[in-house]
Amino acid sequence: MKTILSGQQLSLTVKRLAHQILENNLLLTDTVIIGLQPRGIFLSDRIVHELQSIVDPALIRYGKLDITFYRDDVRKSLHIANATDIPFSIENRHVVLIDDVLYTGRTIRAALDALLDFGRPSKVSLCVLVDRRFNRELPIQPDYAGKTIDTFISQKVKVCWKEKDEKDEVVLI
Amino acid sequence: MKLSTRHLLGIKDLNRDDIQLILSTAEQFKEVLQRPVKKVPSLRDVTIVNLFYENSTRTRMSFELAERRLSADVLNFTAGSSSSAKGETLLDTVNNILSMKVDMVVMRHSASGAPHFLAKNIPAAIVNAGDGINEHPTQALLDAYSMKEKLGRLEGLKVAIVGDIMHSRVALSNMYLLRKMGAEVTVAGPPTLIPKYIGEALGVRVEYNLKKALQWCDVANVLRIQLERQNQPLFSSLREYNLAYGIKRSLLDSLGKEIVVMHPGPINRGVELDSDVADGPYSIILGQVENGVAVRMAVLYLLANREH
Repeated sequence: MKTILSGQQLSLTVKRLAHQILENNLLLTDTVIIGLQPRGIFLSDRIVHELQSIVDPALIRYGKLDITFYRDDVRKSLHIANATDIPFSIENRHVVLIDDVLYTGRTIRAALDALLDFGRPSKVSLCVLVDRRFNRELPIQPDYAGKTIDTFISQKVKVCWKEKDEKDEVVLI
Repeated sequence: MKLSTRHLLGIKDLNRDDIQLILSTAEQFKEVLQRPVKKVPSLRDVTIVNLFYENSTRTRMSFELAERRLSADVLNFTAGSSSSAKGETLLDTVNNILSMKVDMVVMRHSASGAPHFLAKNIPAAIVNAGDGINEHPTQALLDAYSMKEKLGRLEGLKVAIVGDIMHSRVALSNMYLLRKMGAEVTVAGPPTLIPKYIGEALGVRVEYNLKKALQWCDVANVLRIQLERQNQPLFSSLREYNLAYGIKRSLLDSLGKEIVVMHPGPINRGVELDSDVADGPYSIILGQVENGVAVRMAVLYLLANREH
């Protein structure tokens, strides 16, 4: 087991991601943040919290998307759905999708399909905490990555959050 | 997590976790139905046949819509206009349909146990959409979903089931489900329409006085008088039934409390339910129909997976 990000590093990385998103979308005009259920929400909650301390919280549009019904392996194994909550229109807006780990790219593929059922965004960007760059099965790349790592398929990246797993940490198993 | 059963034949075979899983999945599908595109690709590769040997409007349309909203391919079979009128047996009909590569069968039949018979004899997943006087599991699930949505819980809820208990598959499925989820149930109606040992058998209370039952309950689920299943007169006239057991606005107003009125449809207006109640503020009948699609999507979605 190897630590990729310690608690302190993780908190700095989250701050950096929030700033990078803001750098490209000043004041978040026509930009919306959408976290992916279930585990991307921990990261998006932190990023949104960070953004709230920098810009007027009233400007931040934040939603949650569950992609269970859009998965391509629905017949192989049963996945339990989580809540989707997007209380605003994404039509003609810039959507920043947030997830914890980018691995095969299949989750993001499903998320893009799901997103299009809510409207036609002007642009979609992807923000992830960890990018396992050599394990992609689809042509999908992040726009904002907390940490890019090289891993074998046999390895597992575990992202722990204080809210759920008692401490903040990213480890490679 | 998955269902403990391959088919949905009745609530009798489900456990508490199954029911909870179906209800929580239905909640997510209800959100899908509020989206601009009310459709998900989950069952893109699944073909479902709706086999209706008995008339139906709501249930058949609700199932068909649920299937289409899940992107399944849908086949419709109506007994009246098919070869079963020429004498083909149920098993032959279904085997012929299955040889066209159908994955799931949704069936309504006037014979109790028909879907159980199919489940034993064919490889496809079966969903019971009502069999004779036995069960109508998806109706009970959508009723439970609607109660939970309206009142926030099932545990400890007081539900009166009013009317033709004897011939109602909705009543039986509702009683199984509500008892499993910790609700209290009273059945109310004329003695001729309530089976004798139902109280002991299903753990429900029996009440012959409608007003007392309504005063006790939080929810009244009112059933249709099923004249087509009664082969002997069990009460003297519809008018007399309405006077003794029909739900009237004046009766509801006299209770001194607010109760929720439900009905699985189709309503015999002026018999078991007066129009001003069916269309009034106590009624959540159209909400039940809306929830029916989400609940059926959940059932089909959960049964379609082939882990086994």
